[in-house]
Amino acid sequence: MKNYNKNKFQALNGGYATAEAMRQINPEVVAAYPITPQTPIIEKFAEFVADNKVDTEFVCVESEHSALSATVGASASGIRAMTATSSQGLALMNEILSVASGLRLPIVMPMVNRALSAPINIHCDHSDSMSTRDLGWIQIFCETAQEAYEYTFLALKLAEKVLLPVMVMQDGFFTSHNVEPVKIYPDEVIKKFIGEYKPKNYLFDLKKPITVGPLVLPDYYFEIKYQEIEAMGEAKKVYLEVGKELKKITGNNYPYFEKYKLEDAEVAIVVSSSSAGTAKVVIDKLRKQGKKVGLLKPILFRPFPQNEIKESLKHLKTLAVLDRSVSFGGEAPLFSEIKNALYPLDKKPKLQSYVFGLGGRDLFEKEVEEVFEELLKNKIGEVKYLGLRK
Amino acid sequence: MSMDIKTLAQKIDSNKKLVSGHRTCAGCAIPIIVRTILSATDDPLIVAAATGCLEVTSTIYPYTSWNVPWIHNAFENVAATLSGVESAYNALRKKGKIDKEIKFIAFGGDGGLYDIGLQSLSGALERGHNCLYVCYNNEAYQNTGGQRSSGTPKGSMTSTTPAGKKEKRKDLMQIVLAHHIDYAAQAAVHNTLDLYQKAEKAFKTKGPSFLNVLSPCTLNWGYMPNSTIQISKLAVETCFWPLYEVEKGKYKLNYKPSQKLPLEEFFKAQKRFSHLLKPENKNMLDEIQNEVDENWNELLRKSS
Repeated sequence: MKNYNKNKFQALNGGYATAEAMRQINPEVVAAYPITPQTPIIEKFAEFVADNKVDTEFVCVESEHSALSATVGASASGIRAMTATSSQGLALMNEILSVASGLRLPIVMPMVNRALSAPINIHCDHSDSMSTRDLGWIQIFCETAQEAYEYTFLALKLAEKVLLPVMVMQDGFFTSHNVEPVKIYPDEVIKKFIGEYKPKNYLFDLKKPITVGPLVLPDYYFEIKYQEIEAMGEAKKVYLEVGKELKKITGNNYPYFEKYKLEDAEVAIVVSSSSAGTAKVVIDKLRKQGKKVGLLKPILFRPFPQNEIKESLKHLKTLAVLDRSVSFGGEAPLFSEIKNALYPLDKKPKLQSYVFGLGGRDLFEKEVEEVFEELLKNKIGEVKYLGLRK
Repeated sequence: MSMDIKTLAQKIDSNKKLVSGHRTCAGCAIPIIVRTILSATDDPLIVAAATGCLEVTSTIYPYTSWNVPWIHNAFENVAATLSGVESAYNALRKKGKIDKEIKFIAFGGDGGLYDIGLQSLSGALERGHNCLYVCYNNEAYQNTGGQRSSGTPKGSMTSTTPAGKKEKRKDLMQIVLAHHIDYAAQAAVHNTLDLYQKAEKAFKTKGPSFLNVLSPCTLNWGYMPNSTIQISKLAVETCFWPLYEVEKGKYKLNYKPSQKLPLEEFFKAQKRFSHLLKPENKNMLDEIQNEVDENWNELLRKSS
């Protein structure tokens, strides 16, 4: 890796790694409200503010609704603005999520996945971000603290190019609170990568006063929403372009999804975020036993890379999708997307849906192994619940 | 500060920050209030509006009546939204990227500030942003057909209190003042000079300031569009809506009626109180009159 020697490894949890990315971005405004397990991000960032490591106006608002509302106001002003949240916080922001995307504001929001109430629970699952998948935000799921750190930069540049907000997810506690060696790139390298933000239309352009957030009736609403649809399509292309640029710094790839021993696999699982790490360990073990198993780890969830996923999975005999969330009365979100993606194929892999890890329940290697064994034995059927006591 | 009404009228008239073409009802008080307030500073300003009458009537895409930068986010978050704008300004000023003095002003109705936006307002007041928050108070959710709000006065008929509201209205001034802000005032649309002077003071205040402006609603208060100013005046002459200000904790009564009119004079001019004027409801009218008297006496005590 080109800059390997120049880059420092630091022992950071996912929250601190994200705060470090925010320090390097140095946004003009951060408005945030504390919620477990997002707190390491904003506490660390508050330290940067107190130590004058950033120029940011840090607005400690009285709720997540106000956090995103203030971020929207700040972003519309023509500057970089960020916030961060989790779970109930994201749920409280829900109304303003579609305002941020509808107003085409390039807000980047680190999002630490945590289960939704009730029952109240502070641990990881993906029910929070999955419940907001249709609100016009680009969604990126990260496996590690390193990914959470690096994808924050990709997200920023992507957001500013396509004028859509981006959520960068990491798993609550598993990623946000566990310490890993994180390679931190030099400030000046990152500064150069993100460049200066030059918005076209913004509130502080006093010579050209604009009206942000007008009332739009049936005569124009549809066309405006169509522009958003097109921007999401564009985001898919720009994501790869920005990823290539970032690779010049980090040496890492930024694909739509990671393929792990997938090319020659006969059976595979699809699982995102930190659980993909567990899956990789199991795959290595089973490969040693001569079993042709593999993994597809989705990273970019919105926009969803349907065709590319189809092409990468079409050779499989059987496939399991592991969802860390449910859709009550419907198929689990990731499973449903994968199933859709495979629809155009004449010869489709057999599909099995698993739901696991709700409310932070651990996913053990043994369980992943069992999933592979069942796939290998062609035991396909109704949705199964991993780790559930019945 | 001192200005005759003719000069003021010219000043407001020449002010083109909110221009004609908006679609408020004939006789609506809101544009008068907004234009009077926006005339009270020569600095550039940025306006935020909560969802409500002002927002929906002035920005029907692809048109806008605003000649100043303007932002609408949602219903309950005008104060938080503006606090983001003001924070962006502070950041840019710190970096030397902006040197102009800019004023920040948020408008919301009583729905947007008494009710659903109260938390957002409270948060912003506590954080001390250098903004002016204005409630154009038409005493119900008039934009959606006149449903009760916590700013609706006792006895008033609304579409969700067809038999009259049973509860007293919330005292938003007291709530706002509990945030230790340096300037808060109550005003009404008919007394333009008083409103203008209060806006001037508010703009000069360092930190948050608040104006609660009575904004009669021809449609849902039930009166002819040409009576808006007269209705507003009656609200003040009956002491239903006293004009006062609180500057650094000090109360000042801005207008004392030479002869305090009975509440009935205000009530009988509108449909929303018509039921209170029936002989069988005399006890309710008396009860409300007593409350108005008590509030007035308390205000006299506080401002003496």
